[in-house]
Amino acid sequence: MWLFIISDALTFTVLLVAYSYSRLTNPNWSTPFPIWPAIALSSTMSVILLSSSLTMVMGVAAAARGDRRATVKWILFTMLGGLLFIVLHSYEWMHLIHDGLRPFSNPWNGSPLFGATFFGVTGMHMTHVAIGVIYLGIIATGFGRGKFTSEDVEVSGIYWHFVDLVWMFVFPLIYLMSVKY
Amino acid sequence: MSAHANAETHAAGTGKTFAWVWFWLILITAVEVFLAYMHIRPELMLTILVGLSTIKVAMIMAYFMHLRWEKLGLVLWLIPALVFCICMILIFFFPDGFRLEKQRKEYKPLSQMSAPVPNGHIWRV
Repeated sequence: MWLFIISDALTFTVLLVAYSYSRLTNPNWSTPFPIWPAIALSSTMSVILLSSSLTMVMGVAAAARGDRRATVKWILFTMLGGLLFIVLHSYEWMHLIHDGLRPFSNPWNGSPLFGATFFGVTGMHMTHVAIGVIYLGIIATGFGRGKFTSEDVEVSGIYWHFVDLVWMFVFPLIYLMSVKY
Repeated sequence: MSAHANAETHAAGTGKTFAWVWFWLILITAVEVFLAYMHIRPELMLTILVGLSTIKVAMIMAYFMHLRWEKLGLVLWLIPALVFCICMILIFFFPDGFRLEKQRKEYKPLSQMSAPVPNGHIWRV
């Protein structure tokens, strides 16, 4: 898992560097996110993801104690956080798409690369969250039935924390640096 | 490894420790949002945000991903290689990015040029 985490970290690094490079080299880069509601919504998403990391680490601790019931409960809370994150993120995407933002066109007369990089980075992250929710579902079911060990829960926890970790850079670079004043 | 991992997980922090880490992560996130609200210079803003995010990532890796309680060998195997690769990526991309940004700022549209442009060449980025 650690090898996968390192390689995936480099994938996200390159995506974020490509975003920053595009922003640096293109004039009229759009800053379309007002404090209310866009930044408030993305901040809420950050809190949800951080809270889901806390529930996950509690699940890992419960698994190490051998408490299957508590482990499944904490993992379900984590999955709920992930699902809530996906719902809020999808709502935000739909709002931006409704405004006319597309991967290759920009409704605010700025660089069309804004849409490409925004959907590219956040879409890649949302895919990871969705895969994480499915992965945790499989682990919770298997651990509850005694098919998986506490080590399997710990490995799934490392993946989930990585998804959280990536958002810690996506949120400030994509959202907080693009506030509309 | 299973028994070894279990033994390490038992020693790896308490619920109270994780709750404190979560609290600090939320607090740093709140500071970041407050900075965005304050509308400070983009260069300064970017520096502070990247610094705070690095602190948050270090806390997540150390406590939530249990690296603090892992063997030093694992940390030395993972982190320096990752930091090296990220530095290489930054070194390859950003000097060119800053060069293009400088060219873009120096570029003037044809209508604003006082002298004729040789061979009709327009410097565009």
